[in-house]
Order: sequence, then structure tokens, then C-alpha cells
Amino acid sequence: MKIKKNLSKTLLAGPYLVWMIAFTIIPLCMVGVYGLTDRTGVFTMDNLTLLAQRGYMKALLLSLGLSLLSTVICLALSYPLAMILRSRGNGRKGFMVFLFILPMWMNFLLRTLAWRTLLEKNGVINALLDLMGLPSLQIINTPAAIVLGMVYNFLPFMILPVYNCLMKIDNDVINAAKDLGANAFQTFFRVILPLSVPGIISGVTMVFIPALTTFVISDLLGGGKVLLIGNIIEQKFTTANNWHVGSGLSLVLMIFILISMAVLNKYDKNGEGNAF
Amino acid sequence: MSNTLIDLVHITKSFDGQLVLDDLNLTIHENEFVTLLGPSGCGKTTTLRIIGGFEAPDQGQVIFDGADITSLPPYKRELNTVFQKYALFPHMNISDNIAFGLKIKNKSKSYIQDKIQYALKLVNLDGYGRRMPDSLSGGQQQRIAIARAIVNEPKVLLLDEPLGALDLKLRQDMQYELIRLKNELGITFIYVTHDQEEALTMSDQIVVMNQGYIQQMGSPEKIYNEPENAFVADFIGDSNILDGLMLEDKLVQILGAKFPCVDVGFGRNKPVDVVIRPEDVELTAPEEGGLTGVVSHMIFKGVHYEMEVQACGFEWLVHSTRMWPVGTQVGIRVDPFNIQIMNKPESEDEEAVHIED
Repeated sequence: MKIKKNLSKTLLAGPYLVWMIAFTIIPLCMVGVYGLTDRTGVFTMDNLTLLAQRGYMKALLLSLGLSLLSTVICLALSYPLAMILRSRGNGRKGFMVFLFILPMWMNFLLRTLAWRTLLEKNGVINALLDLMGLPSLQIINTPAAIVLGMVYNFLPFMILPVYNCLMKIDNDVINAAKDLGANAFQTFFRVILPLSVPGIISGVTMVFIPALTTFVISDLLGGGKVLLIGNIIEQKFTTANNWHVGSGLSLVLMIFILISMAVLNKYDKNGEGNAF
Repeated sequence: MSNTLIDLVHITKSFDGQLVLDDLNLTIHENEFVTLLGPSGCGKTTTLRIIGGFEAPDQGQVIFDGADITSLPPYKRELNTVFQKYALFPHMNISDNIAFGLKIKNKSKSYIQDKIQYALKLVNLDGYGRRMPDSLSGGQQQRIAIARAIVNEPKVLLLDEPLGALDLKLRQDMQYELIRLKNELGITFIYVTHDQEEALTMSDQIVVMNQGYIQQMGSPEKIYNEPENAFVADFIGDSNILDGLMLEDKLVQILGAKFPCVDVGFGRNKPVDVVIRPEDVELTAPEEGGLTGVVSHMIFKGVHYEMEVQACGFEWLVHSTRMWPVGTQVGIRVDPFNIQIMNKPESEDEEAVHIED
């Protein structure tokens, strides 16, 4: 009887298992195989150690730096907003959250291309600045434009988990802190912030990882002048047609992601932040 | 009577244009167990939240120990609250929960340790310090919430339906526990509940509220035996509430029959509300009662039989240890001391015989 029950449960998981094996596990293994062999099919670690070379290392460090900065900016924008939404009446809350999700209804590429038009030398923003007699803004094709693109595209992924987590905190728990003598500052740092850690971790994961691996944003807003690790990997697979080096670099990037997730999960006692 | 501790003066509060408290005046003395009792939406929780500082009144003042604290934020008030759903800090263990208020006040480590031990002993949860709140049962969490509040040595403990989420047996145990705590600590308890039995069991003073008004305030005995209006009579315990006519002093006419009573000063031929508790209705042989009727329902309740008697178009609720079978012709007799005469409500605002739950 028990076995039967377990069997039917396994069967229910079947479609997902098939999907996962076909599109996650097998590709992952292939990346592993490609990454650890050279063109002749012999085992090698060269594809991994390649990263130590100056050009690759620079791209990786730049990627880490820019995605970290974007994540911090996203958090700095989202948290106060989520706090304000939390204290608001019910009616407007939903609408505000809706507004933040609205851009996600449009195609990601389109939105990023739109930023290009806005930021260009003779683009919309500079035309407006010119009209007002202000000096023009030269950030297209710079890391600043890429950070802007990352923040713009990934902000909703930070807002939603942080907002949800803050909304879940019982009002009376916060009242209890005040009741026990904590002023607004103490209430925030001793109660609200620790209780929102799962949301923050979830948001950080969902912003940091796509930002670290993106090549589209850096392509469109960096104009090919700023190379991130994502761009290099992409080039290896497309223009250079060297799947072995591309896979090797992907593996190293994966290791970095695993490390950052392990660090994050250490702070997440409740285990709610395991978004990936 | 002991000193005045809290004075609510002309408190008015409305939410979204709806009046919740209307010109409420309430005085609470030191060392009392005061219960705010009423149906949901009567303003009792709002009153408590105004005392705690979580709501600001639209008008009026909160005087605490002689000082006006109306605009003082909660964290500066010398009182602590036990919330309805415990509201323990889920990310801290029991010790840290209890120590929260003391750490904020920068008490010494050894002082905090002593206090934690003392508080855990007081609520019979010695040795639970390392546990996390969600590993405790509802009753245990509520006791921790009480411990967390009392280590701060507040002058007043506010309790917002603290037993509402517990099951019956646990609720009764906790009632005794709360009385014991109150006596041991010697501080004022202000307790909010909609449960009349809880109020009668624990309180020194009961404040019966409805629709933003105080209907009656007094000791449990007084509230039960001498309800001032039909709402109080109906809300506290079971009762028969009848329209009566005060013919003269000490004589009231109910359902066409004359009953001697003990109340005076209502005037002649004045319409009144009459309250008779079901246990005060005596059933007799038909010829011996002031009214006659027929028993229409009978159930055994353990301590007594509960019967309904149809007499002159009114359904009397009767509690008696003697059983009268359904269909029996009976007489109804009431001892003059057990007839409670009340003025009819004068305005529509006071008309309050409307119970929501």
C-alpha cells in the first residue's frame, strides 16, 4: 500500500523529472564535458584556468563589480519603497506593486533598446538637457549605462520578494517592540530588518545572478566596448565557435554563483530565500 | 478606594467617518483587574489601543499617573501590552524575547539573566529559554508574551483578548493563572474580552461597552445582579427581558399580571424593562403562580434543567434543578428580590439591545 502511494507520487513528478533531465541535467553534463576537454576530446583543465589570464579576469571582476553595484542600488531603491507600501492603506498598495511589474509586460530587449535611444549622444535625454541649457550626458557605452540597464531590468525581482516579506510581518510584532520601549530606530534594526532577511536574500539572489551572467544588457548599452564575462562566454560560443573554452568559463562562473549562494544562505535561517 | 491611575477624559475616536468611541470617560484605579467587555465592534480594543498609544484619540485626553500622555508614543509609556496573537519575535529565542525590553533599557547582563529566570518561573515555563517561539504551544506562547511584558515592571498590563485563541480547558487554566499573577505582581490589569464568563471570573471591575458607549461599570456581582439596562442584562448571562409597567413603588405589571418587587422611585404607570434571570424563575403548580404557562422545551444541562415556558405570548427561559416535562401546565412565580427593573433607553443612541455575536 505504502509503496503504491509512493509510486503514484513519483508518477506525478514524472513530467517535471523528464523536463529537468532533458533540459537541465543533460545540458549541464554536456557543459561539464565540453569544459573539461579540448578540441581533440582529451581531458584538460586549461579551459578553466584560462580565466586567470588578464583579459578574462578583468571581465569577470568587472561583471562581479557591476552586478554587485546593481544589486545594492536595487536594494536601496526597493527597501524604502516596500516600507512605505507596508505602512499604506490597502487600496493603493496593489496599484503601486502593479506599476512596478508593468514594465515586465514588455519585451526585455525592447526595453533595453529603448534605453539606448534615450541615452544616445543625440538621444532623447540629451536633447532635453540641451533644451534646458544643461551639459549633455555621456554615459552610453560605459559601465554606468550597463548598471542603469541592470537596475532597470532587474528591479522588480528585488521589489517583489522584499515587499512580500515585509508585508508578512505581523503588525502586532512591530507594535510589541514599540510597546517594550524600542524607538523607531531600534524597532527597525532589531525586529523589522532581521525579519526581512529572507526577502532580501531572495531579492539579492534574483538580481545578482542574472546581472552577473547577462550579455544582452552589456551588448546593447555597452556598445561592445565594455566586455563582461557573459559577453566573452557568448562570443566563445558564437563568433569564436569554441564551445570548450565557453563551457569552461561557464563552469567557473557557476562556481562563483554557488559560492555567493552559499554565503547568502548562511544568513537565511528560515530557508525562504532559496529562489534558485 | 485606592489611587486613580488612568483617567480617560472625553475620548472620541472614529475610523473612516465611523464613530467608534463617543465621549468616553473612564477612571481606572491602582491595583485593579479591570475588564472591558462587549461584543465585537463595541470599541473595547480601540480603548485599549488608545491607552497603549497605538491609536491617537480624535479628541480627549489620556491621563496616566497624573500626567497627560495623550501624545506620548508607545515606547515612552510605562505600561506593557499582551497582544491577542502573542506577537512574540519569531527570530529570537524565548530568553531573547523576554530580555527585549530590558536590553533596550540597557540593563546589566546579570540583572537581565535574573529577570529571565524569575519570569520563566512565574509563568511555569522554567527551562524553556533556549526554545524558539514556534516550537511552543499557543498557551505557552501566550505565557511567554506575558512574561516578556512583566519583566519591564510596568504599572499597568494591557491584555487584548489574550486567551481568545486558546481552547476552552486551557482558557480556564489561564484565567486562574492570570488572577494569581495579578495578585503576585500587585499591578493593574486592563483586560479586553467579549467573553462574559471570563470577565465575571477574573475582574474586580467590569466595564460593559456597546457601540462606543460604556453601558455599565461595576463589580461582577453588581453587573450580573443589577444590570442597568437591557443590553447589559442580555449580554451578561442568560436572562428574560420583558416589557413591564411600573404601577407604583414596589409593584410592576408584567404580561398583564401584577408582581411585587423591591424597586422604588420610577413613578406611577411608567413603562420599564424588567429582567429576570432564568434561575430566579420558579415553576409551581398552575394555581400557585402569578402567571400560567406550558412547558414547551426541556433539556438536561448537567447542573440543571433548561426549560422554555410559553406564558401569555412570552417564552420564558427557566433554569431549575427540578424537571417539568414538556406539555405540563405550570405556574410562574418570582421572588420580589429577583425582579430587576430598568429604565427604558431614552434615546436611540442608548438603544443598545443589539448583539452582533
